[in-house]
Amino acid sequence: MVDRTLDMPPIRPEFIRGRLGKAEAGDVARPLTVVEKVANNNGVRKLSILIALVIVWQLYTVVLDVEPLMFPQFTDTMVALWSSLISGKLVLRIWSSVYVLVQGYAAGLVLATVFTVFAVSTRLGSDLLSTLTSMFNPLPAIALLPLAMLWFGLGNLSLIFVLIHSVLWAVALNTHTGFMAVSDTLRMVGRNYGLTGVRYVALILIPAAFPSILAGLKIGWAFAWRTLIAAELVFGANQGSGGLGWFIFENKNNLETAHVFAGLFTIIVVGVVVENVIFRNIEIRTVQKWGMQR
Amino acid sequence: MTAAVTAAGATVAAASNLRPLLEVRGVTLQYKTPEYLVTATYRVSFDVYRSDRFVLLGPSGCGKSTLLKGVAGYMPPVEGEMRLNGQAITRPGADRAMVFQEFDQLLPWKTVQGNVMFSLLSSGKIKDRRQAEEQALRYIEKVNLTKFRDAYPHMLSGGMKQRVAIARAMAMEPEILLMDEPFASLDALTRRKMQEELLQLWDDIRFTVLFVTHSIEEAIIVGSRILVLSPHPGQVKAELNAHQHGHSSIGRAEFTSLQRRIHDMLFSDRIEEQESKTHG
Repeated sequence: MVDRTLDMPPIRPEFIRGRLGKAEAGDVARPLTVVEKVANNNGVRKLSILIALVIVWQLYTVVLDVEPLMFPQFTDTMVALWSSLISGKLVLRIWSSVYVLVQGYAAGLVLATVFTVFAVSTRLGSDLLSTLTSMFNPLPAIALLPLAMLWFGLGNLSLIFVLIHSVLWAVALNTHTGFMAVSDTLRMVGRNYGLTGVRYVALILIPAAFPSILAGLKIGWAFAWRTLIAAELVFGANQGSGGLGWFIFENKNNLETAHVFAGLFTIIVVGVVVENVIFRNIEIRTVQKWGMQR
Repeated sequence: MTAAVTAAGATVAAASNLRPLLEVRGVTLQYKTPEYLVTATYRVSFDVYRSDRFVLLGPSGCGKSTLLKGVAGYMPPVEGEMRLNGQAITRPGADRAMVFQEFDQLLPWKTVQGNVMFSLLSSGKIKDRRQAEEQALRYIEKVNLTKFRDAYPHMLSGGMKQRVAIARAMAMEPEILLMDEPFASLDALTRRKMQEELLQLWDDIRFTVLFVTHSIEEAIIVGSRILVLSPHPGQVKAELNAHQHGHSSIGRAEFTSLQRRIHDMLFSDRIEEQESKTHG
């Protein structure tokens, strides 16, 4: 036999401490220095990256004396942007794009809601939604533009058609997935208080699935914005008053490269504002406040 | 001892004149999994009287949670019937407020106060927001969470979340409170504290509760009467009294012997089961 006493831990005396003194470790809570606080600010960090990029851009164009027709200086671009803004032309273009976008986005959301309700309430609806989504999600909406132009002509209706297509599937799919993921416990809680039908969906399912719904709205928006600009580029040439895509197209034809850059810049700014101001604020006020997302 | 027996006898005599609050008669519950049709309980009968702390106790697989869901109205029985105040139970309703084991039973998009008010307003129990707020605050105070009324559930600890769930259910002033292993996800110290608080609340308000647990100790401490269920499928094994026991009686001879009795009851099943497996 092996002597088990050799594997035993040593037996030590017990002890009980009387009153505990105040813990006096050096740093229990030390305020961060100003530099640390500034470095922790997300906005400051990202802004410094942007400033660095601008400096690189300007240095590249000035030092290497790049042909402005190919790649205008940052300052030229800003001048072009400013002049188009002042003349009101760019504002009109932005408005025209956003106006069409909002219509298409809203119509897409309404259809997505109808689809999701159908999918949640019946198995046929659920099968239909998943089949249609897997068919149409990989299809770039812009590929439908020629057909849309054939069916609806060269008006905003064609644009709205492709916008609906780009919004509908992403939003419907995400919302449906979100509804399916609502826990049984929450469902039972809702039913415990006698909630049924529309009130059950509005008071339990939608808020519980809101992180997914919001993700769907964001993806749908990004798809729609890109699709819209691309669509405007395609038949902007045939239309008198176009949006931002048409602005770019027009200025490229006039070899106003700085204005093309200004147009691209505007597209980016609108995208960033919607993403980081509108959606970010919705996130902060909802899913983040509720602890459903970090 | 004699006095206790007469007192208990008197209660039994008085109770027999009363109608039970909840009558469960020969209830068989079944549910479907993708592969099987599972019989969770088989012809279970019991009566719950007003102010009872009635515990459903049994090992996993005895259908105690399913039984509670049946009483809550989430599952219609295949056989038998369940009546609350003489009315057959057909669907979920706010007269049977439920407290679940899971922490995610609180609505994450509402504050503590919002959660309690939600139950009152959405069930239509109280229509006026001001009144609902007052009622909610009264019950939040009872579970000692007044300081946290504006906190969101994700900021609370597990024990606090369960307290909110209890306040939310109690604010409804339901006929019967249904608790499905409400303390099972808590750590041992918090669990004990919550049991004490529940008993204090019962002293205070005298609600009726149907409480599911798999812990023999918890059943004896929390319960006034214990229904012992055997597993696969759940059948009634015994109905025992435990009203004389609380936290203070832990370790006393009577407490330990009751604990041993129930333990043997549940354990004998397992031996029989094993024997029938080895012989059959």
